[in-house]
Amino acid sequence: MADTKEKSESNEKPKPRIRPIVRLGIFLIAHSFLVSVVCCTAGVLALFLLPVLAKNTYISENALMPGSASPMLANQHVLEGNRLVNDLTSSNLKSSETGIESQRIIARYMLDLGAEASIHKFHRQLNHFHPLHFFSSPDSGIIEENYSCSSYGINTVGIIRAPRGDGKEAIVLVTPYNALKSGLGEALSIGIAYSVFSLLSQVTWLAKDIIWLVADSRYGEYAAVSAWLRDYQTPKFSSLSTLDAEMCPDIDNLYDLKVNSITGSKFSSSFKRAGTMAAALVLKVRNKSDQFEDTISIYAEASNGQMPNLDLINVVNYLAVHRQGLHVKVEKLWSLLNSSWLKILGEIFESLGKVAKSLNPKWKFGITATEYVEGTATLASSLYYQALGLPTGPHGAFRDYQIDAITLEILPKFSSDKVRHSDILLRGGRLIEGVIRSVNNLLEKFHQSFFLYLLTSPSKFVSVGVYMIAFALLIAPLPIVAASLYVDASSLGNCSKSDKSTPSASLDTDEHSITIGSWMWLNSAKLVFLVHLWGAIVSLIPYVICQIPDCTPTTSFMIWVLLSMLSFLTLYSVLASPLSCAKASQEKEWALVKSVTISSVFIGLGLMSVINFATAEIGALLMVPMCLLARPLKLDVRAGTLRSFSRMIGNLVLGLIAFPPAAFFLLKGMLDGFGSVNVGAFWIWVESLWAWNSATYLFIGMVHLPCWVLCIHILLHTC
Amino acid sequence: MKKAKKQEEEFNEELLLKPLPDRKVLAHFHFRSSASLSTSNGGHHHLFPKAISQLVQKFRVKEMELSFTQGRWNYESWGGFDPIPSSNAKPPGVELWAVFDVPQHQIDASWQNLTHTLSGLFCASINFLESTTTYSAPEWSFPPASGNLRYGTLPREAVCTENLTPWLKLLPCRDKAGIAVLLDRPSIYRGFYHSQRLHLTSTGSGSEGMVSGIILEQTLTVVLQPNSQRAGMAYASERHIQPSWSLTSIFGKQVSGTCVLAKSSNVYLLLDRGLVAELEHLHKENEKSAENGFTSQNFWTKPSFELSADPDRIFIEENSLHSKGSSVLYKFQVEKYSESEPFDLSLTWKIPVVWLSQQAPLHASRFLMGSGNERGAIAISLKSTQLSEGFMGANADDERCDLQVNVFQVVPWYVKVYFHSLQVFVNQQPKAISDIIEKIHVSPSKDKVSPGVMEMVLKLPCKVNSAALTIEFDKGFLHIDEYPPDANQGFDIPSAIISFPNFHASMIFLKDDSVNKSPLLSKFQEKSPVMSYTEALLVPLTTPDFSMPYNVITITCTVFALYFGSLLNVLRRRVAEEERFLKEKAAKKTGRLSLLLSKLSAKLRGRQWEPPSSPPASSSFINAKLVFKVILVAGLAVGWQYFFS
Repeated sequence: MADTKEKSESNEKPKPRIRPIVRLGIFLIAHSFLVSVVCCTAGVLALFLLPVLAKNTYISENALMPGSASPMLANQHVLEGNRLVNDLTSSNLKSSETGIESQRIIARYMLDLGAEASIHKFHRQLNHFHPLHFFSSPDSGIIEENYSCSSYGINTVGIIRAPRGDGKEAIVLVTPYNALKSGLGEALSIGIAYSVFSLLSQVTWLAKDIIWLVADSRYGEYAAVSAWLRDYQTPKFSSLSTLDAEMCPDIDNLYDLKVNSITGSKFSSSFKRAGTMAAALVLKVRNKSDQFEDTISIYAEASNGQMPNLDLINVVNYLAVHRQGLHVKVEKLWSLLNSSWLKILGEIFESLGKVAKSLNPKWKFGITATEYVEGTATLASSLYYQALGLPTGPHGAFRDYQIDAITLEILPKFSSDKVRHSDILLRGGRLIEGVIRSVNNLLEKFHQSFFLYLLTSPSKFVSVGVYMIAFALLIAPLPIVAASLYVDASSLGNCSKSDKSTPSASLDTDEHSITIGSWMWLNSAKLVFLVHLWGAIVSLIPYVICQIPDCTPTTSFMIWVLLSMLSFLTLYSVLASPLSCAKASQEKEWALVKSVTISSVFIGLGLMSVINFATAEIGALLMVPMCLLARPLKLDVRAGTLRSFSRMIGNLVLGLIAFPPAAFFLLKGMLDGFGSVNVGAFWIWVESLWAWNSATYLFIGMVHLPCWVLCIHILLHTC
Repeated sequence: MKKAKKQEEEFNEELLLKPLPDRKVLAHFHFRSSASLSTSNGGHHHLFPKAISQLVQKFRVKEMELSFTQGRWNYESWGGFDPIPSSNAKPPGVELWAVFDVPQHQIDASWQNLTHTLSGLFCASINFLESTTTYSAPEWSFPPASGNLRYGTLPREAVCTENLTPWLKLLPCRDKAGIAVLLDRPSIYRGFYHSQRLHLTSTGSGSEGMVSGIILEQTLTVVLQPNSQRAGMAYASERHIQPSWSLTSIFGKQVSGTCVLAKSSNVYLLLDRGLVAELEHLHKENEKSAENGFTSQNFWTKPSFELSADPDRIFIEENSLHSKGSSVLYKFQVEKYSESEPFDLSLTWKIPVVWLSQQAPLHASRFLMGSGNERGAIAISLKSTQLSEGFMGANADDERCDLQVNVFQVVPWYVKVYFHSLQVFVNQQPKAISDIIEKIHVSPSKDKVSPGVMEMVLKLPCKVNSAALTIEFDKGFLHIDEYPPDANQGFDIPSAIISFPNFHASMIFLKDDSVNKSPLLSKFQEKSPVMSYTEALLVPLTTPDFSMPYNVITITCTVFALYFGSLLNVLRRRVAEEERFLKEKAAKKTGRLSLLLSKLSAKLRGRQWEPPSSPPASSSFINAKLVFKVILVAGLAVGWQYFFS
């Protein structure tokens, strides 16, 4: 449109100057194809460059001072930890209903240290789909009335009050423990926590209170921690269920402990609190591992791709590597490690880096090919877990309350003798002690370092300023292409009528066509809006399906598909049919639909990038090519050239891949092998998404799926 | 002169030691100076610190209390009912309250001057209490209720030896002689709780504003852990016995004599009710088993522990109200000891003993609810301590037995409390506010002017198990320069005060004459309501990113540049003239840039796009010659670099 305007105006001699920025815009719109190709390639390339651009982590907050004090955890504490481990493992053998017994042992040990011990009872909360609870604060939700004693979990909580502290802040140490079937690993994690706890009960440097939560993980680790946090942050004062709890006989047994004769510290059933939480560490020990050296793996992703402050990871990494000599790792996508194309890419980057280094020794962006492959695998898993929006461990519950938390999983070197146990206790304990000491030094809450980052290795990260570039490049062509499509559609619509008329006449029809054109897009917008409405309905349907009792995932998924198709048809027949008759007159209607679709996708992706960057990035990788390429198949078939044929193939492949279930199955098949894929898996996956209030679910339902449907609509367009 | 003689200046020093249930020892130093104020001596004193008397006269302070505290009083294990915790357990940081004897409109000015004076005297940032946002005027809930009261706290004030030294300077012997010698800095500050307090009372004649007498009480309460863990945890038998201690083991010093200026100089050892009851119980069991026949008279002289020095006197509490038993007080007079024979009291336990301290009727704790930067709630939860049932029974006969609880809470203005959202829960049931709250006084906060104050009188049923009060708040925004240093730590809400007017923390001892002479014991006999402080809270507020001024400067400059650039552009440009200018230029056909521009515009109008040899935007601006030149130079440079490396 602007193009024609310019054309018509160029004939008139005294041409008003157009502002350069407008001219640049017009230029870009005119060259939209080139721009989109360049931008998309650059976007993908920038994504692959991220491991190269990753920076080394550094401890940003000076107050942390990790490792500045020598560890005080001595053999004596380790011995005590070992004693507890032995007690726990032997009591497991002794009695069958150990559930309460081991809690009692732990509580007694806590009391012996002079700590305040208390128990926290919680109900298992079933995951329900609450359509309106997305993004809402994690409040207590709905408590069901009829709980039986069997569905109780019991957390044991020990608190050390800082002797000279003011009790305004606290550090939380969590060890998940399943009393019913605990392995040696869980007992060891309790042992480590206890040895640290016994040290901390004696030290004089504590400024923050220490809370040790032994989370009863019989209903899952996350459930126990989040139940405790819920009661900590948003307690209910008027609840009937707590009255029921007292009736359960086995819990009452715990109250026998009452007063410890030695330290005078009391065991209480009431909920104990200690100030605002500064940080939380979840500690796990994996029982069976095939590591060749003692390894610690760090899990940091919380719900909706939220990450704890990078400083927390830095401190753990620094202390583990430089003080305790542990090997630190973060999650990787293992399947990527062996992929040859990544290796080739890595070698290319390596040689490029070498050339650059030979040109100027100060340019140090070269990394070796193996480093690159590992970095990419880590980055991919970092992106993947952030995009899922599910927490990777119990630490996720803390992030919901803006508390920085990570899960540390210690993978001991494979061995079974007792000496190894105390070695693990000593090194793990010293690591935890160091981290707690660092956090204890902290005057302010974590705020210095990054919150938005992707890890490429435990000591390397890509900050938001770098990774946003890739995403921005990917979505940059969207508005340009949308504008150019709109211009084309509205101009070509009337070009046929007033093809070679005089400039003055064309000016008239031009204005006329503008008015028509400005109305034309409303139809497409209506269509796009309806499809998005349908997307919203589809994402609400699981709420209904959840109410159906005894549904296998496969049947639920089938019902979901059927219901969504049904709703689509109803919506189409009721609302979209008048649209189709209007469409008949418009042969360029598909271009307008595509233009509006692309703009809506742009808006959706832009919004999502604020909520959860990784989801937006992966969504953009899938959707941007599909949106940009989409073109009615009929046109391509009619053209019959090689180019249009290849475009058709590309369209079909993209249309298949970008369908959310298809993308899921493909990804799943690539990661786990195609044998394990079944239809119900998608339902389970989606269920987990809404159970964790993941924004990814909303994104898929309200941005991705409508966009896919619209693209298919364009592909199948009759023109 | 006669008047002055009638009220001699007096100084008493006393120390009270008390074993605590959790293997710790409480030491409570009590120094009392009193003086009559008259201008006859020209405002000079023999013993009384001049700075204090000047302060009292200048600001007409009727009563004042200043406390510096580090650590928290553990109400659960150290007790909350005795006179010591009730009047000496203080919130962390600095607490100051004062009652003035001046007209209403001068009170604020007096308070502000007083804070500055005290700030100078005690090397502390008490002057921050000057601002109206930090202090409040409780109407009636604060125990020495009076209209002229001002109350302020600084929860974050760090307390250390620089605050103790000026405090010691007020003593006539400082810490050079007498009981104060024990105040060895490292051992005091190693303790679990440390609270130094200064209490002033002036008895004024009132007529001309002349003050006739001042009483200055200085107390220091420390909770120390006797270091008996040398044997380690290994010996189980030893772990059951309470640690034995002596003055040297807990303070590292001993008392070698009195302060010669002191009128009396005594050391007391207090065994509280729970401990005595437990000892009696053990004693009776022993009697039954061994039939040794201790009479109750010699029970106290041959107890289950050993004292290194014989007490000069034993006081037994005269109180029928408490069924638990009555506390016992041993008195030691320091006068009997000298340099050659220093006083070093030590206590050695012979048998293991476990007891509980007496609790306040309700245990109060306060915490924050909610998360995020927008809103939250403050909850005060009151839990019944089962131990109090005994003396509750006394007045439980009548049907409507009420437990009165006073709550006094000050909230800074940036925590915007919604008083309408007050909710009360009793025994986990929501209750109507009018049923529970008998009297309430609220003064809402004014932004940047005054804090919010809430005073309440609750009437709870005697059989209450638990009660909770919640009140919601919004988190306010501060102006950038109002943020304190380390703003990211969060902001403090000072402790609330919970008092129980029906219960009096007093110990009444029978032996009349000598008790009255001792200021500490007469203090114990005063009927003061049981008081406890809740925890200070930390509210995280939204804080701007202080650490990135660079970004702020950059962004501001960009915005300014854009704004002024476009503004100038609009102001300067004249469209018609510009067109004429353009036409002239076109006629002349000169200028390289205009040539380029015209080329570009021609391109825009003409062909759609060129084959992508290079980025389209740059290709049009730069002609082939220039590109060639640049490439040539770059290639030369690369070759040069490559060759020489």
